[in-house]
Amino acid sequence: MIRIPCPHCGLRDHSEFTYLGDATVSRPPDDDAGDWTSGSRWSHYLYARDNPRGIHEEFWHHGWGCRAWLVVTRNTATHEVIDSKLAREREVQS
Amino acid sequence: MKPYSAWSVFRHGLRGNRNWPRAWRDPEPKSGYDVIVVGGGGHGLATAYYLAKVHGIRNVAVLEKSYIGSGNTGRNTTIVRSNYEQQANANFYEFSLKLWEGLSLDLNYNTMFSQRGVIDVAQSEGMVERYIRRGNAMRLNGIDAEFLDAAKVREELPGLYADDDSRFPVYGGLMQRRAGNARHDAVAWGFARAADRLGVDIIQGCEVTGFIRKGERIAGVETSRGSIRADRVGLAVAGSTGHVAGLAGLRLPIESHLLQAFVTEPLKPVIHTVATFEIGDFYISQSDRGSLVFGGELDGYNSYAQRGNLPAVHDVLEAAVTMFPMLGRVRMLRHWGGVVDMTPDGSPIICKSPIDGLFLNCGWCYGGFKATPGSGWMFAHTLANDGPHEINAPFALDRFERGYTINENGAGPIFNRH
Ligand SMILES: Cc1cc2nc3c(=O)[nH]c(=O)nc-3n(C[C@H](O)[C@H](O)[C@H](O)COP(=O)(O)OP(=O)(O)OC[C@H]3O[C@@H](n4cnc5c(N)ncnc54)[C@H](O)[C@@H]3O)c2cc1C
Ligand SMILES: [Zn+2]
Repeated sequence: MIRIPCPHCGLRDHSEFTYLGDATVSRPPDDDAGDWTSGSRWSHYLYARDNPRGIHEEFWHHGWGCRAWLVVTRNTATHEVIDSKLAREREVQS
Repeated sequence: MKPYSAWSVFRHGLRGNRNWPRAWRDPEPKSGYDVIVVGGGGHGLATAYYLAKVHGIRNVAVLEKSYIGSGNTGRNTTIVRSNYEQQANANFYEFSLKLWEGLSLDLNYNTMFSQRGVIDVAQSEGMVERYIRRGNAMRLNGIDAEFLDAAKVREELPGLYADDDSRFPVYGGLMQRRAGNARHDAVAWGFARAADRLGVDIIQGCEVTGFIRKGERIAGVETSRGSIRADRVGLAVAGSTGHVAGLAGLRLPIESHLLQAFVTEPLKPVIHTVATFEIGDFYISQSDRGSLVFGGELDGYNSYAQRGNLPAVHDVLEAAVTMFPMLGRVRMLRHWGGVVDMTPDGSPIICKSPIDGLFLNCGWCYGGFKATPGSGWMFAHTLANDGPHEINAPFALDRFERGYTINENGAGPIFNRH
């Protein structure tokens, strides 16, 4: 079991959470939506991933707890959890 | 090296089986090859075999960081089928299934391919509709398919708990009788031996750690055993694709995820086909040794650990005893995890990469074992001709941004949902 420290609920089993994936990709503005060219921001956002073997920032939803979205930093080679914070308190990248 | 035959088995048996020659050589890497295939799983080995056999390209090396078959090829539950609905999938997997049907003879190696049938059990009325539709699509493509009613499914799967009061009732099932399974290791070993006999160098304990460039092009690889040059390099590293392609600066539509498999103590024959269920994507078959082999869903989060976690174990075992209560007292022998290369549409990628000289064979998700001969055949074709065969053309990397995804399950672009 991976144990995730939730800022609201403390250290909880990962089975209480739902996983969404890479938290470093961010949704482009809607006025870009028609742009599907190679390497466009939309195709990067939807499909391309760094998929690192090592440190990974990822979204987990604490659905069986406080229902907050977290950004968890975890090592994908060892499953070690390094950090977690509330997604809404994270600085939004532009 | 002499071919294997009934006579050679008999003769070596008389001498206590002590004098069998090596099945493939253990060469030192040369300084260069015409083609380098990275990854000594079934796909990499099959690619090398078909390069040599079909295209006459024999100056080929397969580089494997560990031992051959140590990745998903040796970790999978060996279901082989072509029961797909999407046109591109039907064409490709049926091509592969036809290769399976002649594979043991072609390789002179018994892959223990057994066409015992695969039943997808429908557990809701909606699924009945969906399976009938898929079965019809298969038949239009010339692939065998048969819809079984609930009574027929019970007959095929005697231990199944299918009473009408079940929380997970059985409404019927889609049977493909030509589907089945094979011996995973034998597939790796058979392709390795056959490729080696055609002159391919299989180099184990050789990890690719970087790429040699000539301008923008790839001109070879850096490895734990030195640099090796080649004008064409093909990646067939499955779960490690994100990491290895990253060494070349490529960012791909792939996430690496965990999938586990489970094996029980050997039993008398009780499950005669392969069966898959809606509950937890549970599936089960019985190996020739008698062990029940089964699995379910992904663990669900990115991982390169090759080690599963307990919640998935719990879910799979729960599904197992729900559908087959008789398994309640059977002892588990082992369970393990493999790292699968999930794509956002659940379909693979076999194509030239955006970098000249680099070719991709990846995105096999949890279903690439059945693809092994077809994937090797198509990848060899793509490497030899510097472009795809019409059967693998739809499996190109740019299908995502062009809007031509091949989405068999109809799930959205979320990697762990396929
Ligand atoms: C638990 C489980 C059950 C499955 N069940 C089924 C099933 O029932 N039916 C089905 O069709 N499919 C199934 N699959 C999927 C199937 O196993 C894979 O899709 C298929 O085996 C992939 O074959 P491959 O040759 O591409 O990869 P692999 O066999 O994983 O080979 C890749 C090789 O690349 C090597 N490698 C990695 N990095 C490097 C490097 N840097 N340098 C050199 N070598 C490197 C690895 O060591 C490995 O040996 C399952 C997978 C798992 C994990
Ligand atoms: Zn919480």
